[in-house]
Amino acid sequence: MLSQPTIINAQGLNLTFETNDGPVHALKGVNLEIKKGDFVSFIGPSGCGKTTFLRCIAGLETPTSGAITVNGMTPDEARRARAYGYVFQAAGLYPWRTIGGNIKLPLEIMGFSKSEQAERVGRVLELVDLAGFEKKFPWQLSGGMQQRASIARALAFDADILLMDEPFGALDEIVRDHLNEQLLKLWARTEKTIGFVTHSIPEAVYLSTKIVVMSPRPGRITDVIESPLPKERPLDIRDSAEFIEIAHRVRDGLRAGHDDV
Amino acid sequence: MKSVLPVLTIVAAILFVWVLAVIPMNMHLTADQAQRDGLAVSPETPAERQDHSGLGLSLRNPSLLGLTFVQERPRLPSPHQVAVEMWDTIVMKKITSKRSLVYHGWVTLSATLLGFAIGTGLGILLAVGIVYNRAMDMSVMPWAIASQTIPILALAPMIIVMLGAIGIQGLLPKAIISAYLSFFPVVVGMVKGLRSPDGMQLDLLRTYHASPAQGFWKLRLPASVPYLFASLKIGISASLVGAIVAELPTGARAGFGARMLVGDQYGQPLVTWAALFAAAITAAALVGLFSLLERLTLRRMGMVRA
Repeated sequence: MLSQPTIINAQGLNLTFETNDGPVHALKGVNLEIKKGDFVSFIGPSGCGKTTFLRCIAGLETPTSGAITVNGMTPDEARRARAYGYVFQAAGLYPWRTIGGNIKLPLEIMGFSKSEQAERVGRVLELVDLAGFEKKFPWQLSGGMQQRASIARALAFDADILLMDEPFGALDEIVRDHLNEQLLKLWARTEKTIGFVTHSIPEAVYLSTKIVVMSPRPGRITDVIESPLPKERPLDIRDSAEFIEIAHRVRDGLRAGHDDV
Repeated sequence: MKSVLPVLTIVAAILFVWVLAVIPMNMHLTADQAQRDGLAVSPETPAERQDHSGLGLSLRNPSLLGLTFVQERPRLPSPHQVAVEMWDTIVMKKITSKRSLVYHGWVTLSATLLGFAIGTGLGILLAVGIVYNRAMDMSVMPWAIASQTIPILALAPMIIVMLGAIGIQGLLPKAIISAYLSFFPVVVGMVKGLRSPDGMQLDLLRTYHASPAQGFWKLRLPASVPYLFASLKIGISASLVGAIVAELPTGARAGFGARMLVGDQYGQPLVTWAALFAAAITAAALVGLFSLLERLTLRRMGMVRA
């Protein structure tokens, strides 16, 4: 891990939104380095800037000041170079396209050949365990399956980075556990660098190699925890002493961020 | 199919009220005619009868009630009279005859369809302009709304006379008035439809670095289809109204509008009523056709649960 190159590097990042009630400091003095192959979770209460930071990495928001690079480029250049796949809170599949058609959407836009499109759709559907659902329409799938399809869509064009904004936030606990397990397997198979926004402590601890604890007003990083858990993680690792200890540290970080407001 | 019973119930209720209304509406006429035919009528002079309401007169002359339904030029025709007139002019006449409602219907329908095509095309173009061009966004909508506040009845003769002055006659002036009425619902619906994708869906396309053209063809246009169909159903009936209105002020010799005018001017209410009903049935059929197209399209697109 030590020899891995830096993929995302943020230094002194500030972002202020001008609103009618005056300026809102969404991000203040954020420094973070993400190495290749990292699974980084951003956790914190609403308004702590975790989603904003993810959107800065994606080039969907522009920081007011500070520097951020993605693959050595500005986020906007990285976006134009299609350096990442983005998974939103809702699956956001087009209802008029089949599951296969939805996964083809980025491939069509990026100009892949028809045969390549078909080949890739088959491969990513396999990856998210949805083989055989290619011809179904989104409404024929459960919420969890739809979200898996949207992950497949983000994987289809083989970007090295996967950015996920509370992708399982709207799903129930059991489906969520299942998807977390699958996501880890997928991460192990594809060796992607993943940025993952959540407000669930167990989810963050279970998934991540690095947990970034954030707090609001102004949005900032209060703790960065390098997880000592092994890469191979069965679901019952969540009962281990190590797991509970990390979860404690995350909770403390969240509480500390709350106290000094 | 579940709607058959409620629809029939309403139709029955309307027919019932209609039949009841025929008696007092036609009673004065009927009494005058009956007197000329030598029947006993009370009271005896037309002047005296004018002092009575239709209902009062009906109560005093129960023997004449049946005759109110068979007047040649009734104030309110009875349903069966309208039905017979429609049967005569739709089914019994050759469609090339100047008295055939099919012939007149086609004259109006061709203007309706041409106008609808122009209006829909114009509406979609304006909507795309409004969504993609800030200047159009700020300027077009108030004018579009203003255009619909002008009574078409006042505007139609002017348009037809002005177009006539520059040598445009026949189908096109009527179609333009149809288009004038039908572009508006299409503009409103399509603007809403093209803007219906939410921020997340637009962000998704940004993460793919999609071009604006790709955003239009792959996201905005398909997302607007359900809105378009809602607009088309309003637009097609507005088009038909436009074509009929366009026939009224210009002394058109053919079309539903011309028949209504002829019936009015020559005291043939049955002609007017038959044309009215034929127009209503045409409108219902057109809207029904678009409902069917809507269902088929949305099902093919996977947007309704089959």
